[in-house]
Amino acid sequence: MDFQTAVFYFLSTILVVASLRVITARNPVHAALYLVLSFFTAGGVWMLLRAEFLAIALVLVYVGAVMVLFLFVVMMLDINIERLREGFWANLVPGLIVAGLMLAEMFAVLGAKYFSAGAAPAPEAPAMDYSNTKELGRLIYTEYVYPFELASVILLVAIIAAIALTMRKRKDTKFQEPAKQIAVRREDRVRLVSMPAEKE
Amino acid sequence: MNFPLPDFFPASAEIFVLVMACVVLLADLFKSERQGWLPYLLTLATLAGALAIQVGTAGADTTLTFSGMFVDDRLSDVLKSCLYITVFAVVVYSRDYLMARGLERGEYYLLVLFATLGMQVMISANHFLTLYLGLELLSLAIYALVALDRESARSTEAAMKYFVLGALASGLLLYGMSMIYGATGTLEISAIARKLSDPATNMDVLRFGLVFLVAGLAFKIGVVPFHMWIPDVYHGAPTAITLLIGSAPKLAGFSMAIRLLVDGLPTLAVEWQQMLMMLAVLSIALGNVVAIAQTNVKRMLAYSTISHMGFMLLGLVSGVIELRASGDIQLSYAFGSAMFYTIAYVLMSAAAFGVLLLLTRAGVEAETLDDLKGLNRRSPWFAAVLMMVMFSMAGIPFFIGFFAKLAVLQAVVAAGYLYTAVFAVMLSLIGAFFYLRVVKLMYFDEPLDTAPLVASSEMRALLSVNALAIAVIGLMPQSLLTLCATALGQAMK
Repeated sequence: MDFQTAVFYFLSTILVVASLRVITARNPVHAALYLVLSFFTAGGVWMLLRAEFLAIALVLVYVGAVMVLFLFVVMMLDINIERLREGFWANLVPGLIVAGLMLAEMFAVLGAKYFSAGAAPAPEAPAMDYSNTKELGRLIYTEYVYPFELASVILLVAIIAAIALTMRKRKDTKFQEPAKQIAVRREDRVRLVSMPAEKE
Repeated sequence: MNFPLPDFFPASAEIFVLVMACVVLLADLFKSERQGWLPYLLTLATLAGALAIQVGTAGADTTLTFSGMFVDDRLSDVLKSCLYITVFAVVVYSRDYLMARGLERGEYYLLVLFATLGMQVMISANHFLTLYLGLELLSLAIYALVALDRESARSTEAAMKYFVLGALASGLLLYGMSMIYGATGTLEISAIARKLSDPATNMDVLRFGLVFLVAGLAFKIGVVPFHMWIPDVYHGAPTAITLLIGSAPKLAGFSMAIRLLVDGLPTLAVEWQQMLMMLAVLSIALGNVVAIAQTNVKRMLAYSTISHMGFMLLGLVSGVIELRASGDIQLSYAFGSAMFYTIAYVLMSAAAFGVLLLLTRAGVEAETLDDLKGLNRRSPWFAAVLMMVMFSMAGIPFFIGFFAKLAVLQAVVAAGYLYTAVFAVMLSLIGAFFYLRVVKLMYFDEPLDTAPLVASSEMRALLSVNALAIAVIGLMPQSLLTLCATALGQAMK
């Protein structure tokens, strides 16, 4: 076993254990932290595959941004995870049986001959000065520019939808609008009423 | 590094809609209180402009651009033109309803425009990636639209259901796509079709992926057994949004079926036609029978959608694909009949929900069959409009729905599925009951609500035109049928 394989097994063990703990940890904050660990380790595995850009993006985006937000949400919402998970262990056995059967069926149909490591030959090792980041950037902005732009439109729709569904004007808040106060005219405030003179 | 700039010309309608959607976004932000109509008019102008661009740039050739991810052919020109007209009608019909409920905000128009863009992208997709992105753009906009009425618990529930089931369907579709990618090594639809004749391609994995692809597709167009979301979403969404969901996306769904199955996997037709046959037969049976039990018109129309989509699939099932020696694909007339059926259904569905919207006013929803009672006393013309729509949906001559059913049934018989055709006719007869019940309620029952109908003149005018189209195209269906057949024939070259 060479050094790379040893590193791979080391990282994979951590990844599998951490992923299992994500769904078995009793405390939701611990589960989120285990998820951080599994993301970080997966980044390491990707690094072994020379996908350094994806590894860095995973750590930056998921660990740095998404999971921190997640932790905040978990801490603030104070969800009673115990109640949500009632029956987890009771359902585990039938769930595992169904999953196992489906897996066995899929194996029976497809077999290992199509999806084994031998079925898809390993790609040639790129040259030493090859840069994943550069290649990815080149492809995204040239060949894949159309789906890239579409993805940005989808994000825009997500923003619009989120605002449309959550923003509400509160009618009961009391605040002053300086613009309206300045723009006020005499006619708005004072009404001159002509009344006939009254005789005694 | 040299990269030739992609040809933007074939995609000019998409670019126009995107730019205008951003203009509407800004206009809505900066408009003054008195300019409440601005987003509405801009949206209509966008759709009319897109139609003009689409017709103006329509050419006889098939053009690929954006590295082969975007295709502009006769099929996409026809479907997209129908799309703009449909969305135009949807926006006009919906305005009064939305205003009466305080939902007429800029976000509605924006989401409708982005949904339109998503459908355009789907119709012109020549790549699994763009097809999927277009679908997500459409779906995300529609999920938000269903939930637009935040006060209504029913809408929120419908949106939640739609969102969860829609995500599941997207997952199925993506799984199928990834399997097909694994087998062929490409995501480009025309390249996949070329790979099929390569003996090195792994057919078992392809078939495995195909199952998921068909399941995802069936979910999105809503056919049995993937139809569970349709009645709940149609019922729960505000009627104006149901109108949108029930009309234009059917065009995109049809195009998705054509691009994925006919364009992408033509030689696997034996397999996917079997699957579609089962879906179609089940949908026609369940849709027509369960609709009888509905007292809510929106739910009834939802089950009617399921049966109509089943009928549309019958057209795809009976299509014969021949591979010419030159590599061209020859398609039989059956695919054209399925396209005609889709367009006919969209016309009818828009008019049916349009009349439902017409019957509503501030604080009054028209949803149950009781609301339709005695419509003839209140408005003889719109009772006649709804009667035409119901006759057409039931397949009574001489409306467009009759010829759509006839064209599909002809194709089914020609393909040798005689018993399937007989079965479809029998169930259409059963289904005719609930369409005719609506006509009976309108003409022979006393109205429960005698208030006059309130609707803007443009909505009345457009609804009348819509109904007349159902009647007039029914009298001369040949030109539209020929258009569909040639569009599909040309798309495969």
